Amino acid sequence: MDRPVSSARSQFWLGVTLFIPVAISIASYGVVWGVLAGQKGMSVLEVLLMSGLVFAGSSQFVALDSWTPGSLPIVAIVAATAIVNLRMLLMSATLRPLLAGVSRPRAFAAVFFVSDEQWAMTMAEMRKGGGSVAFLVGTGVLSWLNWVSSTLLGRVVGAFIDDPVKYGLDFAFTATFIALLLGMWKGRTDIVPWLVGALAALLTASVIEGKWYIIFGGIVGSLAGALADQWRARHVA
Amino acid sequence: MSLEALLTILGMAAVTYGIRAAGMLLADRLPTQGFVASWMKHVPGAVLAALVAPAVLAVAPGRSLAEAFLPAETVAAVAVTLIYVGTRNLFAAMAGGVLVVFAMRMWLGA
Repeated sequence: MDRPVSSARSQFWLGVTLFIPVAISIASYGVVWGVLAGQKGMSVLEVLLMSGLVFAGSSQFVALDSWTPGSLPIVAIVAATAIVNLRMLLMSATLRPLLAGVSRPRAFAAVFFVSDEQWAMTMAEMRKGGGSVAFLVGTGVLSWLNWVSSTLLGRVVGAFIDDPVKYGLDFAFTATFIALLLGMWKGRTDIVPWLVGALAALLTASVIEGKWYIIFGGIVGSLAGALADQWRARHVA
Repeated sequence: MSLEALLTILGMAAVTYGIRAAGMLLADRLPTQGFVASWMKHVPGAVLAALVAPAVLAVAPGRSLAEAFLPAETVAAVAVTLIYVGTRNLFAAMAGGVLVVFAMRMWLGA
C-alpha cells in the first residue's frame, strides 16, 4: 500500500491515528502497573516521574518487582533496567535512515520515543515506503500521554483495593512477563537462551537473596544463546 | 519523595535514554551479525525467562524444591501460556492468569 509523501504535520497525525488501537491495549497494562506500584509503596509523584522519564513498560515492571522503599537496591534496579532496555539500542539503530534526515536536536528528542510498539509501527511504515520522524513522534506522543495517564489512573484507583494478594494481583507481574516472553518467540533458536536463563535464575535464587537472579539469568542465558547460534552456524551450515 | 527513589528513577531514566540515543549514534558501528549481535538479540528473552522461573517455582536460599512448588502460580502460568498462544492478547493472558490465582487461593487455599 503506497502512501503519498506528506507534510510532517500529516505524518504526525497519521502516527497518532494508527497508534490508537495499540494505545488501548497498552493502557490496560498501564493501569495494572499503577495498581501494583501503589501496592509496592510508590507515591503518585514517583509514578508520574518514572512513567514520564523512563517511559519503558517492561523495565518498569522489573523495577517494581524489586521496589522496597527504605532500602531500595538502586544499583540492581538501574542495572536490570539497562539490561531489559538494551534491545532499544538495535531499535534506534534501525531507525537511523529516518533520524539522519532531521536536525540533531530533533533526532535527539525523537529517540526518546523509541520503544517496542512505536518502533514496530514506524518500521512497518518504512517497509511500505513511508515512515518519518514525524510519524514516530506522533505514535510516541500518544503513547507517552497514554502511559503516564493510565499508570497514574491505576495508582489512584489501586489505593481503594484493600488486599491485592487476595485478588491474585501479585501474579499480574509474572503473567505479564510470561506473555511478553511468548510474544518474543522467533523459533527454535530461542529454546537454549530461555531454558538456560530460567535454570541459571533458579540456581541463583536458591543461593543468593534478592533480585540478582534477573541479571545473572539474563546474562548467562543470552550468552548461551549466542554460543548455541555460533555452534549451529559452524556445524549445521 | 525519598532521595533513594529519586536517584533510582533518574538512574533508570538516564540509562534508558542513553541506550536510545546510543543506538542512533552507533548505528554504523553496531555489529549486525556474529557473536555480539547474536548475544544482544537473545538478551530480552533470557531476562524475561530469568524473571519468570523463580516466580513460578518459589525458590529461595535454604528452601527445598518440594517447598518451592506453588500450585496456584504453576497452574496459572500454564493458563497464561494457553490464553496467550490462543489469543495473542497480552491483557487477556494477564487477566486470565490473575483470575486463576484468585480462584485457587480462594477455593483451595493454594
